[in-house]
Amino acid sequence: MSELNIVPVDRRHLLSAEQMAHFVTEGFLLLDAFVPQELNERVYQEQVKGGQGHTFWNRTDAIREVFELPEVQGIIQSLVGSRPVYDHSFLHIVPDHYPVAQDWHGDSIIDVRPHAFDIQLFYFSHDAPPEMGPTLILPGSHLRKINTFSLARYKNIVGQRQLAGKAGTLAILHHGIWHCAQPNATDRTRYAFKLRLRPGQEQRGLFNLDGSDSPEVRSIIEHGYQRWQGNEDRLDHMQRAKLWRYVTGDDSVDVSFEGALTRMGI
Amino acid sequence: MNETRQQILFLHSTTPDLKSPVIAWSLYDGAAPEDALQMNTGDSSVPPYKSVLHAMREGWNVLQIPALPHYPAGQEHDTGHLPYEYVMERKVLVHE
Repeated sequence: MSELNIVPVDRRHLLSAEQMAHFVTEGFLLLDAFVPQELNERVYQEQVKGGQGHTFWNRTDAIREVFELPEVQGIIQSLVGSRPVYDHSFLHIVPDHYPVAQDWHGDSIIDVRPHAFDIQLFYFSHDAPPEMGPTLILPGSHLRKINTFSLARYKNIVGQRQLAGKAGTLAILHHGIWHCAQPNATDRTRYAFKLRLRPGQEQRGLFNLDGSDSPEVRSIIEHGYQRWQGNEDRLDHMQRAKLWRYVTGDDSVDVSFEGALTRMGI
Repeated sequence: MNETRQQILFLHSTTPDLKSPVIAWSLYDGAAPEDALQMNTGDSSVPPYKSVLHAMREGWNVLQIPALPHYPAGQEHDTGHLPYEYVMERKVLVHE
């Protein structure tokens, strides 16, 4: 059975309050060249040898080692706890000189959990510059209710960005973030390994809470507006303020627009 | 023979004001051959027009204006799709 080995980690490997505030605000974290090169090369060799979608995880020791690194375990445990449930994984492959992009979409199905979230970890074993087609995401879109490809007639949105980086880049995405694969203009195949995990517990107070109520950390959420959010930007702000209460485990903390959560007794 | 075909442009505005800044855009070109590459996700970072009104001045006709949102009780803070979507069209000669 597919599963992820969980190893208790030192506190220093947990996400900081600042990192968690960015995750809550933008819906992702991007860690460039985060995984050691020796491990990247081993994974890449397996991918080139013919690694396949759903089976890559179980057939490749090296890919599981990536997610057993203490630094990666710390991120996982900060977001989905010490009993995460393996949902699925997939090795996404874009061939060389492939000109067509994927349509914008959200994964899985509309999630009706009020605040709980899964995480999707995207790992690139090789350098993934923009022209190679690393995944395109829309920062700050993760808390909007859409249904899979109901976004499909959108093409370009102000603020969209690719998960470009050097070999070993790891992106951690909230399950709801809008995203799509990109064309590959290079003569090399693009591999993106995706692992989805869901929480096995409430996601309250799992990260390093030091400084979580500091002005600097509050400011990340209070000023985390995206241009594309337009007239809805204050509503997006309310959504992330509610999520912040959930992840901090403090239902009285208020980083909402003009303190509206407190004003309205929410 | 000068045959024309329809191009459809979706422009998403910041607010319902047709002068407000465009924040998303997509183009579907009926004058392009079937094997031509249409607009791709992520292929541009600058809107083709600053606003719907700017596009109108360039010959685009507004086909559809978005209905204003309404906010049902209990869902006032919910967000989803981009709400201010203007559908525009123009007729162009078939691309040779």
